[in-house]
Amino acid sequence: MIWASWSDFFAMGGYALYVWGSFVVICGCMAGEVLLLRQQGKSILAQLVNARAANAPHKGEKQ
Amino acid sequence: MRWFKYASPQAFFPVAGKLVPWFAAIAVILGVIGLYIGFFVAPTDHQQGDAYRIIFVHVPAAWMSMFIYLVMAFWATIGLAFNTRMSSMMASALAPTGAMFAFLALWTGALWGKPTWGAWWVWDARLTSTLILLFLYFGFMALQASIDEPRRADKAGAVLALVGVINVPVIYFSVQWWNTLHQGSSINLTSAPTMAMTMLAGMLIMALAFWAYTIAITLVRVRCIMLERERHTDWVKQYVEAKQ
Repeated sequence: MIWASWSDFFAMGGYALYVWGSFVVICGCMAGEVLLLRQQGKSILAQLVNARAANAPHKGEKQ
Repeated sequence: MRWFKYASPQAFFPVAGKLVPWFAAIAVILGVIGLYIGFFVAPTDHQQGDAYRIIFVHVPAAWMSMFIYLVMAFWATIGLAFNTRMSSMMASALAPTGAMFAFLALWTGALWGKPTWGAWWVWDARLTSTLILLFLYFGFMALQASIDEPRRADKAGAVLALVGVINVPVIYFSVQWWNTLHQGSSINLTSAPTMAMTMLAGMLIMALAFWAYTIAITLVRVRCIMLERERHTDWVKQYVEAKQ
């Protein structure tokens, strides 16, 4: 272990703002991207399901 | 020759779906290992103290932003030349992640520059050309979003992506061609690296983690694009039915 204590680890030798500012934003962006994509996937699927439901009664009339 | 069957969205869709969890797992495992090395194994730098640890995300993000642009331009060109929809969809799927990494390279670079150079930003060649890369990504996405007809949007975006490719070698060689504040390369193809081994190992593992993450997220995104663009086909209708 290169750190004397957890508080030393979080202090990052005085550079805490810069180091954690970088890592937190990176994790945030990646997590955000994953969540956003999940949301988009659900919304596209919902749109397609609705479109199919809207078409179904019309198909019945064409007999 | 069997690979060409994956040019069909219908064939590639399930394959992409199967690959996602593998690459996601690789990304998480490598990320944990890389961060462990970066924070608990690599020693404090004698010049920069612990501020240098930003390297473990800054360099991987910068590498990915350039590499993704090249891959995006490659698929866009294939789509343009061979008129294949799947290739263009891949290019469109890559752009947002590439833009994110370009932004992160600039953001982490600024946070590293402030304590070490004394400046959040300078208009040196590498930083400026990376900012241009970010604008090219935005331009590509905005251009495609602004054109309603998908194939025309694909082609217009492809031309922009292709024209912008020149920027990537400019970024890469900027530290040699110009007098830049940004340091020169510590890793090149022809000589031994000038970094400590543990630092190098952590950085390379994080780069691979970002690469696996990119592949996983791009495959998820391209599947979304496929469902949207191919919604009129039978296979999408069957997929939607099965999902209910």
